[in-house]
Amino acid sequence: MSMLDVASIKKDFPILSKKMRNDGKLIYLDSGATSQKPNIVLEAERRFYSEHNAAVHRGAHLLAEEASEAYEGARATVAKFIGADVEEVVFTKSATESINLIAYSFGNSLPGSRFALQPGDRIVLSEMEHHANLIPWQQLAKRTGAEITWFPVTDQGRLDLSDIDSIISTKTKIVAITHQSNVLGTINPLEALVKRTHDVGAVFVLDACQSVPHFAVDVKKLGIDFLAFSGHKALGPTGVGIFWGKFEHLQSMEPFLTGGSMIESVTMTDATWAPAPRKFEAGVPNMAQAVGLAAALDYLTKIGMDKVEAHEHALTKYALEKFSTLRDVSIIGPTNTQMRGGVISFTIEGIHPHDAGQVLDQHGIAVRTGHHCAWPLMRKMHVVGTTRASFYIYNDTSDIDALIDGIEYAQKYFKV
Amino acid sequence: MQLDSLYQEVILDHYKNPMNKKLSPTYSKEVHHVNPSCGDEITLNVTVEGDLITNISWDGVGCSISQASTSIMSDLLIGKKIDEDFAILENFTELMQSKGTKSGDEEILEDAVALAGVSQFPARIKCALLGWMAFKDATSQALSETEAKG
Repeated sequence: MSMLDVASIKKDFPILSKKMRNDGKLIYLDSGATSQKPNIVLEAERRFYSEHNAAVHRGAHLLAEEASEAYEGARATVAKFIGADVEEVVFTKSATESINLIAYSFGNSLPGSRFALQPGDRIVLSEMEHHANLIPWQQLAKRTGAEITWFPVTDQGRLDLSDIDSIISTKTKIVAITHQSNVLGTINPLEALVKRTHDVGAVFVLDACQSVPHFAVDVKKLGIDFLAFSGHKALGPTGVGIFWGKFEHLQSMEPFLTGGSMIESVTMTDATWAPAPRKFEAGVPNMAQAVGLAAALDYLTKIGMDKVEAHEHALTKYALEKFSTLRDVSIIGPTNTQMRGGVISFTIEGIHPHDAGQVLDQHGIAVRTGHHCAWPLMRKMHVVGTTRASFYIYNDTSDIDALIDGIEYAQKYFKV
Repeated sequence: MQLDSLYQEVILDHYKNPMNKKLSPTYSKEVHHVNPSCGDEITLNVTVEGDLITNISWDGVGCSISQASTSIMSDLLIGKKIDEDFAILENFTELMQSKGTKSGDEEILEDAVALAGVSQFPARIKCALLGWMAFKDATSQALSETEAKG
């Protein structure tokens, strides 16, 4: 059923041959938290340090030239991957930093700027946001007097857009919503949201952490204004995230972090900024990580994002069917595969997620347990936490079979 | 490491039938503690009379380890002198931090020695300590309030 040759893909990931507890094999179902890394990524980072390492954009020597070429080449790879112009791509340390960059930049805007917020202005979120796309906006609201409003989530784990015209109003300045929920797996329909956002003159920020690694995302086609994603969830290294913004926005935005590299001219009392993207990249950047991320995106491109998506779709369908046969197990999120990615959160009657995760771990099955950095969503769905399995290119149906067996074993073990 | 070293029968018994898990309406001090890594929450209150802990009652949601540990703790510490309870608490904390090198003194810890296996699972130590830390906090606050009143 799978469109990918998982057996050969697995060979590219050294960690997948690690021996787990009791010499068992690793069944990694936690890619929603972080993905594993193929050799080609590890090798790209190593090669950068062993052959080209120097501070980019400074120095007259060969290494500085090579490092700058590698770093800017990585930017071009990222741009191509998301359908962006190269000068619109900013390297950050994480998606969290990317969203904070937007929030702090807006907060630093001078009065009269289209990004400046005033008391009474609104920031629209949704109830399914990860804390990374919630707390930076809460803090911005507190600093500016703006208000937070949000789209509720239905019992089926979908965004309730029925009041879209009153939730996104003329007071709205920012709409920041996730592309795919890290808890529910729900993929949000963006068209109507983006249209309404622009109709009222606001900007749309997309948290793409759970989408860019898993299916083709084209920022121009989506018509959005800003996007954030993290490298480590897309087979890349930790310590690198992406902030993308429309160039016209980047030009008029204030910087977030300031210091070396991001300047045009400096005196003892003032400074002017380099053009975007460098305006947003203060200090010597995470060069090796950027290069590693580019290697990861090349690897995904070689496989084909359409195939990645189809593979995860097939796995999700298989898993949802298997889950439906389990006794006393509830899925928190959509139970069909329509507009849904490969993230399945569930609860087991009588077994706390932490205990379920412990039993699964005993069988080498790595899952995430708890509130998944989405505490408001947990409260909305009336659960303390969930156990979450998330899929990627190196998973196959045998991993899901092992998960299902593991859940049944947990039920036996705890006699529920 | 085997699962049974973590989930001893005593623990599962306390999880299914927790003791003192009903908040008393009267108390000296009540606290609310959260384990932010997993979302577990506990409300716990203590009644202090002189140098005695005369009651501990609690309510909350959490995994088997946190629920059982709180149940065992409340049963063990009620009716003892505060100094003695704090010594037991210290003994239990050391056991949790022992990384599997200690089995626990049954004379002091009674049923709580069943939690010794937790020390081999670093991610679960916070679960086991949740109720104990709530007790420590509530009692310390009750004592300082008493002192303040003088």
